[in-house]
Formats: sequence, structure tokens, C-alpha cells
Amino acid sequence: MNHSLYLIILLPLLGFLLNGLLLGRLKKGFVSFIACASVGLSFVWGVKVFFELLAMPEGARAIQETLFTWIPAGQFQVDFSLLFDPLSSVMVLVVAGVSFIIHIYSIGYMHDDPGFGRYFTYLNLFVFAMLTLVLADNYLLMFVGWEGVGLCSYLLIGFWFEKKSASDAGKKAFIVNRIGDFGFLIGLFIIFWQVGSLNYADVFARAPEVFAVGGGVITAATLLLFLGATGKSAQIPLFVWLPDAMEGPTPVSALIHAATMVTAGVYMIARSNVLFMMAPTTLAVVAIVGLATALMAATIALAQNDIKRVLAYSTISQLGYMFAACGVAAFAAGIFHLMTHAFFKALLFLGSGSVIHAMAGQQDMRYMGGLKKQQPATFVTFFIATLAIAGIPGFSGFFSKDEILWKSFSSDFGSPILWAVGLFTAILTAFYMFRLVYLTFYGEGRMDNHTKAHLHESPKVMTVPLMVLAVLSVIGGYVGIPHVLGGSNRFEQFLHPVMTGLHGGADTSEHVLTSAGHSAGTELTLMIGSVVLILIAIYMAYYLYLKNIDLAGRIRNNLSGVHALLHGKYFVDEIYGALIIRPLINGSLFLWKIIDVFVIDGIANGLASIVGDISTGVRPVQTGTMRTYATMILAGAVVLIGYFIIR
Amino acid sequence: MEQQILTLVTFFPVIGVALLLLVPRERADTIKAVSLIVSFVTFLFSLLMYVMFDPVANGMQFEINIPWIAAFGIHYHLGIDGISLLLIMLTTILSVIAILSSWTAIKTGVKGYYISMLLLETGMLGVFVSLDLFLFYVFWEAMLVPMYFLIGVWGGPRRIYAAIKFVLFTMFGSLLMLVALLYLFFLYHGYAGEYSFDLLKIYEMPIPLGAQTYMFLAFALAFAIKVPVWPFHTWLPDAHVEAPTAGSVILAGVLLKMGTYGFLRVCLPVFPEATIQFVPLISILALIGIVYGALVAMVQRDVKSLVAFSSVSHLGFVMLGMMALNVQGMEGSVIQMINHGISTGALFLIVGMIYERRHTRLIADFGGLAKSMPVFSTFFMIVALSSIGLPLTNGFVGEFLILLGTFKANSTYAIIAASGVILAACYMLWMLQRVIFGKLTKPENEKLVDLNIRERLVLIPLIVLIFWIGIYPKPFFIRMEPAVKAILSMVHKVDRADVERKEGIHVAQPTCVGTTCTISGGGAGCGK
Amino acid sequence: MIPIAHYLILGGLLFAIGAVGVIVSRNLIVMFMSIELMLNAANLAIIAFSRSLNLMDGHVFVFLIMAVAAAEAAVGLAIIIAIFRNRETINADKFNLLRR
Repeated sequence: MNHSLYLIILLPLLGFLLNGLLLGRLKKGFVSFIACASVGLSFVWGVKVFFELLAMPEGARAIQETLFTWIPAGQFQVDFSLLFDPLSSVMVLVVAGVSFIIHIYSIGYMHDDPGFGRYFTYLNLFVFAMLTLVLADNYLLMFVGWEGVGLCSYLLIGFWFEKKSASDAGKKAFIVNRIGDFGFLIGLFIIFWQVGSLNYADVFARAPEVFAVGGGVITAATLLLFLGATGKSAQIPLFVWLPDAMEGPTPVSALIHAATMVTAGVYMIARSNVLFMMAPTTLAVVAIVGLATALMAATIALAQNDIKRVLAYSTISQLGYMFAACGVAAFAAGIFHLMTHAFFKALLFLGSGSVIHAMAGQQDMRYMGGLKKQQPATFVTFFIATLAIAGIPGFSGFFSKDEILWKSFSSDFGSPILWAVGLFTAILTAFYMFRLVYLTFYGEGRMDNHTKAHLHESPKVMTVPLMVLAVLSVIGGYVGIPHVLGGSNRFEQFLHPVMTGLHGGADTSEHVLTSAGHSAGTELTLMIGSVVLILIAIYMAYYLYLKNIDLAGRIRNNLSGVHALLHGKYFVDEIYGALIIRPLINGSLFLWKIIDVFVIDGIANGLASIVGDISTGVRPVQTGTMRTYATMILAGAVVLIGYFIIR
Repeated sequence: MEQQILTLVTFFPVIGVALLLLVPRERADTIKAVSLIVSFVTFLFSLLMYVMFDPVANGMQFEINIPWIAAFGIHYHLGIDGISLLLIMLTTILSVIAILSSWTAIKTGVKGYYISMLLLETGMLGVFVSLDLFLFYVFWEAMLVPMYFLIGVWGGPRRIYAAIKFVLFTMFGSLLMLVALLYLFFLYHGYAGEYSFDLLKIYEMPIPLGAQTYMFLAFALAFAIKVPVWPFHTWLPDAHVEAPTAGSVILAGVLLKMGTYGFLRVCLPVFPEATIQFVPLISILALIGIVYGALVAMVQRDVKSLVAFSSVSHLGFVMLGMMALNVQGMEGSVIQMINHGISTGALFLIVGMIYERRHTRLIADFGGLAKSMPVFSTFFMIVALSSIGLPLTNGFVGEFLILLGTFKANSTYAIIAASGVILAACYMLWMLQRVIFGKLTKPENEKLVDLNIRERLVLIPLIVLIFWIGIYPKPFFIRMEPAVKAILSMVHKVDRADVERKEGIHVAQPTCVGTTCTISGGGAGCGK
Repeated sequence: MIPIAHYLILGGLLFAIGAVGVIVSRNLIVMFMSIELMLNAANLAIIAFSRSLNLMDGHVFVFLIMAVAAAEAAVGLAIIIAIFRNRETINADKFNLLRR
């Protein structure tokens, strides 16, 4: 049966080409129509193929489509081929769906921007690259999408290129990502030369024969892949680009830097679950790095005043969660959180965009407040998303976050310590998110009068996408209700066939990782305990930022050192600057001025000038007058003949 | 036709020179038109040759072998394989583009300029088609003369210094090459009892390791200066900065490839043992070149010298891939030669276009050009991204294969080289940021006019090639594969079919899994 | 028969005159003519030896030299005319571009 998978990536590509080649010659309405329609159709086609996939028997759910041979070099053959299986189907639906919603929202948000056409062109290119990433059926094609989304991220962060901070941020994002990609590439080399292929099916089928479980080679390969993931998904040590990426337009932050691109690392690890399961050391590193990032970013988020920066650090923190899930071999839980996070974090960003829109570009929460009245729709949807991210029961975030916490406690790779750190981060998350809500929507308005007079609710084209996402943020979690609450975790079951690393691909009905050795009672207790703690954190936020604002100020003053550290984001940027960037530039200057110009050229030119000096010494003989030459020739002839005669 | 096509392609530009001599020097437009048409027809002939080329056949094609100076066994022996085919195509395309790009840039000495360009084209093509070492040497030296004039007459303020430096560096190398060439010539006489410079015959001759070492060093030095391999690169920035735009395009696009081509055609197959012996040395020099070129490029103030140093880095990749001595590395290396010609050529064209408008190339003099010249900036961006090897552009295919092949040969080298990919992003994006992004602070930059039709025509073919090689490079790989395998079989002294078994993957028999089977049997493509 | 020494003395004298002419004169045309004189002095010597040794080789060489001299005269005069057009002088001492 022909599924025409290629349409899913071709449509956004066509949108990109059409808008890009006719840039500046199309009316705004037409530009946005092309952009939205191409992504919308791509989503619709994705849904169609998804249902075709569902109709297949559970064990055989995979659609593979080869378009053409991309690089043939001897035994190295890579095809341009696509794969639609449960994992990529989830990603396709999330990516295309959220992209479509954000495209619609952007029509309103970017309406007055002179770069309207350029914006949609980049956005379509992004969707193309991201869908290529998730639909690829081999690592190299995934890498194409991987770098492609990086490019779009670069272009869109630096969208307002006249601002130096924007183009700086874009460049930083690209270069930091490149460092990650470096690891990814080397990882691919190891895999190829060991397995002889980069195709998922071949790699996963042959990996058990080729690699020894826990061996050095597989550990190195997976660690390198993980380095790639830390770059793309903003984990320690390569997270520094994501906060700066907020220089881009807000819908871009929502789409690329919250919902889709930054989750590519999680997708990649879930996709490679077979390899990661063979390297327990790497899994531990992934879990620890993930949780450390989650904790660090959450603490930084406590002390930020820029609404988008709080959300950016929150994204880093939530991504850390997803990695923690992968690190305890709960890949399905990671993907589950990826999906719910895509909904509620996109909503949070779009909501903040609506706020910023109303505030005429102001992003500092210290000058906001009381927006509840002027922006009811934004407020309600934003509040729903906040409840979701905080993990209040009944909202999507609760299910996915609880799943991760439980797995980090109960899985073979988990431990109570991981669980405790995760819980603490969840409490912090609830605290800073409600701090944000209280500062922005509650209390007195702290903006100047001019701004105050112009406060308004955003147009329908922006609020309707918010509502759609709000609905998704609520119901998105119900596909994965855990067993203990009477559900059957259908999401995990759906992804089960892909997670061959967990069950060796043999049986697809039984769960290996269902809380072995742990009782349902423990699970319930932990769940209720965490909810209670989160509620307390929310109350604290309420008390500090609404009831008793002075107390918050006093605490800040008493802990000024800690506050400075958090507000300064642990000064990681400065440390990198002093340790890496400055030495690099100074070293390069040294190489150029001293080695190149002075030493190498000095030697070459020195030789030349020695020859030149000798020539200058004998030069006077050449007088330039012809008669002198003639005399000399004659004299020479006479001397020669004389010599022969006398001899 | 089969026999004459190479002669036709190579010497057609000379016919153009003869025509140009008849045109009075005042009629600049006629001169330009004639040279454009001649170079374009040359390109069409080369296209015909490309079509006639049998992609899967082994050995040389379109061979012609007639005595030239019979007393010394010197023959007019031409022939091409897949590698030379691709380089010839690159040369003919870039020549058309270079001529079109100098339309308004060259105002004085128009006639001499175009004559030099056409002579240069013949010289370069001659190097790629020669199978007789003497002929090879003649073309190698002949091409110096027009290039010397291009830099020395139509160049920038320090043109004399740059031109002389270029010639002296190259001559120094070729002198040693000449000595080694003569030694080889007499060695062959001792071996076969006849005098011959014929490369294909010399391939058959076993040479003692000691002699190989010295001759390899002599040839390698000549080629390494041309490439240029660190530390023989210092002529390159000067020559590039001073040369006129078209000169830089040809210099970077084709001339540097003559060095790498020389390694492939002469050094590797003729001195296999010496090659293997010198792999670490050349690889390390290439690695230094990659990192050093990128670092120095980062701190350049002149866009053109930045691109020149980036060439040092890119050519380091080419050398590294070649020295991996496996199929992936060498095919990556060959495709990277083409890529570098396209991307760096386009970068020089772009720099030239902006220089024509502003008469400066200092990065600090620009900023915010995306606002005043959007089309220019878009082209600039695409070319820069291809130069740093973004997937789906040509640069990625080459760099990936080179690193893949190198990783097999020596993983440490590959890791160091891969860091060059990061640095490439640093210097390119930083330059882009300072040139096309930011605010328009300088009033001179505000009223710059965007690219005109001719300038777009110059760039579009290169952009098309960038994406073509990036997305569907298969036609190129098919054509070069037999040639690469032939060279490797000579280096490793194994059968052509065994090349991959020796250097290949340790999984002996690839198995098909699921619906796909990605590995073709070892060397399946070469036996036909 | 005239002894060979006479020819040689005449040749030597002619050659000396030519040589002195080239060295002393500043006029390109005179220098040019002096060179022709020297060539013909050599011709004379060659043909004399050729006769006295009864070999025809000398004759051949003399014809060759005459042909070369004719060609040289044509090219040389053309160059001198070109120089005169450019510089409006044929004083050899003025042509010292190579001198620093």
C-alpha cells in the first residue's frame, strides 16, 4: 500500500520554496495562507497515515519509504528514506500539529513586522527540517534534520538581525549546537564502522552481536550521541544558548525553543534505546546530567525577572526531566512528557507573547501585574498551562511528570536519590511558575500609564490557538493514565514495539518495566506526597508574591549572595568566555601575527632577501649601456682566444 | 570524436586566443563577447564529454597517444578517468563564470586580460588530461605564466609582491619535481630498456623504497606548495588578496586542485610504499592546516584573506581524506575538491561584487548589508553555509565522507579534524554577522544597489551545484568510484575488487534486515 | 693563387673595424652595420678555409649565415624603427631602463 509519506515533508518544503523564491512579491495574506496551508496539509496527511498505521497489527506497525540513494561511497550507502512507526508518528503529530497552531498564531503576532514573508519562509523551512529529523529512517538523514533545525533556529533567533544581541544569540546557538553535533558525528562514525550501516533497522538488529553490553565502544558511542543531545536540547554543559535564544520572536521561542526542536535530543535517545540500553554507564550519565540540569535551571528560574527567560529556564529544566526519564530507561515516559510539555510550554510561550504584545514589547515582570482583567482569555489559558506544568492532578503535566518521578524511583536504573532530586525540582517548578503568574496577572499593575491605557486582549487569531493548546494541555495526559489510577497507560503500550532495547524485540504485549518489586501502595503514597508538596510550594509563591511582597524582598536581601549567583545564572557564560572564547581569539591572533607573518613568511622572505642582497652586490657590473656590454664581450672573446693561443 | 574530444576541450580556448589577437584592443565589448562565447563553447564540449563518458568503465577513457618528441619517448598522451572528468567540468564551468564576473571589474588591458584567462584555462585543462609526465610538467609550468600576469597586472596594490611570491613558491616546488621527473625517466629506462614519460607505464614499474622516498618527497613538495599544505601556505593569502576577483576564483577553484590532483595521479600510485610511509606526516600537516587555517581565518580583518585562510583549512580536509587511503576518505576528498571550487569560488565572487561597490574589503567597513542588499545577503548566506558543511549542501557530503574515512584510518585524526568543523562555523558566522547583520551604521552602505542580472547569473549556477551535490551526489560518486578504487588498488597493491575488503567494514557478509538492505556487496559497482 | 693568410688578414681587419664600430658608435644603425661587417668578416674566413681545404661544408655554413644575417637585418631594422617611433632617438646610451 502506498502511503506517500514523502508528502509530509514535501508540503512544508514547497511552502518554503514558494514563499522564499517569491519573497517580497506576494501579499501578506497569501504568504501566510501558503505557509499555514502547507503545514496544515502536512499535519492532515500525518493524521491520515497515523490512522493507517493504527490499522496495522501491533507488532508490524512501521511504514518505510525509500525516496532515492543519497550518498553512495563504496560500502557506505545512505538512502533518503523515511520511516513512520509509533515513535515517529507521535513526533510527527506533535510537531506538525503544534507548528500549525503556532503558524496561525504568528499571523497575528507578526502582522506588523516588515519581515513577515521572511518569517514564514524560515518557519516552513523549520517544519520541513524537523519533520525530516523525526521521519528519517537512518542516522545520517536524522542528522540532516538535526542540523537543519539548527540552521532555522539560527535564522529565527537572529530574525531581527539589526539588533546585535539577536544576531549574537543566533550565532551562539549555532556554534554551541555545532559542538554537540561534533559529538553526534563521531558517534555515528563509531556506529558505522562497527555495524556497517547507519540504518536504524540494521543498527538495532546487529548491535547486540557487535557490541558487548557495557563495553567501552558502545559506551563511547552513546556518550557521544548524548553530547549531541546536550547541544540540541540545552543540557549541561551546552545549555547556554537557549536562554539567549529568547531574542527571537516569541512564537519562535514557543515552537522551536520549547515544543519541538529542543526535544530532538530526547527523541534521538528514545530512538536509540537499543544502544543506550547496552551502555548502563551512559544511562547513568544521562540521568544525572538530566536531573542536574533540571535542578540548576529551576534554581536560576527563581531569580529571573524577564518573563521569557523564566520560561526558557523552565524549558531547560523540563528537558532535564525528559532526559532523566531516558536515563532510567523509561523512554516512553520521556516521550510522553515531551508531548505534554510541547502542549503546555508552547501555550505558556504563546501566552507570554500575548502579554508582551499587549505590553508593547515589555518583557520585565517587575513592570507587569494585574493583567488578569485586561487579558481574560490569555490569563485563563496561561493559568491552565501553569497548572499543567506544576503537576496538578487532572492536567496533562501531572501524568507525565508523575510517570517520570515514579520510574526514577522504581526502575532498575532508578534510585530514591534521583527521585528526591526530581521531586525537589518539581516543587521549585511549581513555585517559580506561580511566582510568574502572580507577578504578571495578579496584583496591581506596575506599568507606566501610557502602556496601561493601551492594554488590550490579543486578536482572535492569537487567542484561538491559545484555547486549542489549553484544551490539549488538559486532555493530553489522558492517553497515558497509569495503572495505579485505573488506566492502562496506552501511550506506553503504543510505543512499546519501538522500545526493542527493553524487551529484545521478542514480545510486544508484556511490560518489562512495570514497577517490578514495588507495590501500587508505594506508588500512590509517593504520588499523593508529591502533590501535597507542590501545593505547599504554590501557597508559598502566593504568600511571597501576592500577600507579603515585602517578605520576598527581605529574603532576597538576606540572601543577596545566593540571589546574585542565581540571577547571574551561575555566571556560566562569563566562565566560558574567560576559559574558552578569549584564549581562542588571542591564540588565533598569535598564530596569525607571530607564526604566520613573522616566522613562516619571515623565513621565506628572508631567503628571498638574501638572494636579493647578493644580486644587488654584483649588480653594478650591469651598467645598462650597450657599448659597455659590447666591449666586455669583445674583451671576453680576446681573453678566451688568447688563452687558447698561449696554451 | 572519441579520440579528439580531449584535445578539442583542452585547446579550444587557444583558438579563442587566436581570435582575440585579431580583434583590435579598443573594442572591449567584442573581446569580452568572444572570450565568453569561447569559454562557453569549451564548457559545452566538456559537457558533451561528460555525456559520452562511461560512468562504470575502468581505466582511462578517450585516450589518445601519439609520439611528440619520439627520441626521448615523449608522447602526446591524453586520457581521463572519473576524477579528472569532474575536475575538468569544474574548470570549464568556473572559467565561464570567472570571465562573466570580470565584465565590469577589468577596465584596463582588457585584451591581455582575456587572453590570459583563456590561456590559463588551457593550461589547467592540460594538467588534468595529461597522462605523459613530461606533458603534465609542461602544462603545469605553462599555467604559471598567465596567472602571474593576472595577479601582477590586474591585481591590487601589492600585486607585484604577491605575483612574485606566487611564482617563486611554485617554481621552487616544480624545480624539485623536474629533478625527480628526470630521475624517474632514467629509472624507467633502466627497468624497461626504453625511454618513456608515460604515466601508465611508470605505474607498472616497481621502485626500490629508498628511491621512492626521495622522489615522493620531491613530487610531494611541489604538490604540497600548490595545495597548499601547512606550512607552505603563506603565498596563498597574499596571492588571493591581491588577485582580481576572477583570478581568485580560478586560483582557489582550480589551481589549488592541481596540487591535490597531483598527489592522486602521481604520488600515490607511483610511490605506494613511500605514500604509506608518509601518511602520518602528511596527515598531521593536513590536521595542522585544518585547525590553524580556521583559527587564523577567525581573526582576519579582510574578508578576502579570511576566505583565503579558510581555503587552507578546507584543503587540509582534502589532504586528510586522501591520506585515509580508503574508499570513503578518498571519494570524500575528491568531492571536496569540487565543493571547495564551487563554494570558495562563489565566496570570492561575492567578495568581489561587494568590493566593486565599496572598494574596500575590510569587515569593519560593512554591517547591516542584509537591509540594503537582501539578495546579495541571501546568496552570501547560502554559500557561507555550504562552506561550513551544512547538510543538504555540497560541503557536508565531502566533509562527512572525509571524516568517516579518516575515522577508520585513525580515529584521533578524525576527532581533531572534526573540531575544525566547529571552528569553521565560528569564523564564517562571525564574519556573516559583522558583514550582513547588524545596523546600517555607515552611510556609504545605505545606498548600495543589490545584485544585477549579470551578477545573479554568475552566482546561480554555483548555487544550483551546491544543492545538487548536497542532495543528489550519486552521479558524481558513480563516475569517480572506479578511478578511486584503481588508485587504492595501486597503493595497497591488491586487486581492484579487494580494495574494500581490505579497508572495509569488519562485518564480512552484509545481511539484509527488515525491508531494507543498505550495504551493497563489496565492490559490486566496479566490476561491470 | 692568393695565400690564405691574405684572406685571414683582411677578415681580421674587417672584424676589428666592425668591433670598434660597435663599441665606439652610439648610433644604433651604425652599430647594426658594424655587426654585419663582423658577420661578413667571419664569412670571409670560413669561405677561405673552405677553399683551401677543398671542403664544401664552409660554403653551406656561409649561405646559412647569410640567410640568418638577412633575417636579422629585417627584424633588427624593424625593431630600430619601432624604438625610434617610441623614443624619437636611436642613441644607444639613452636606452638604460634596466639601470636603477
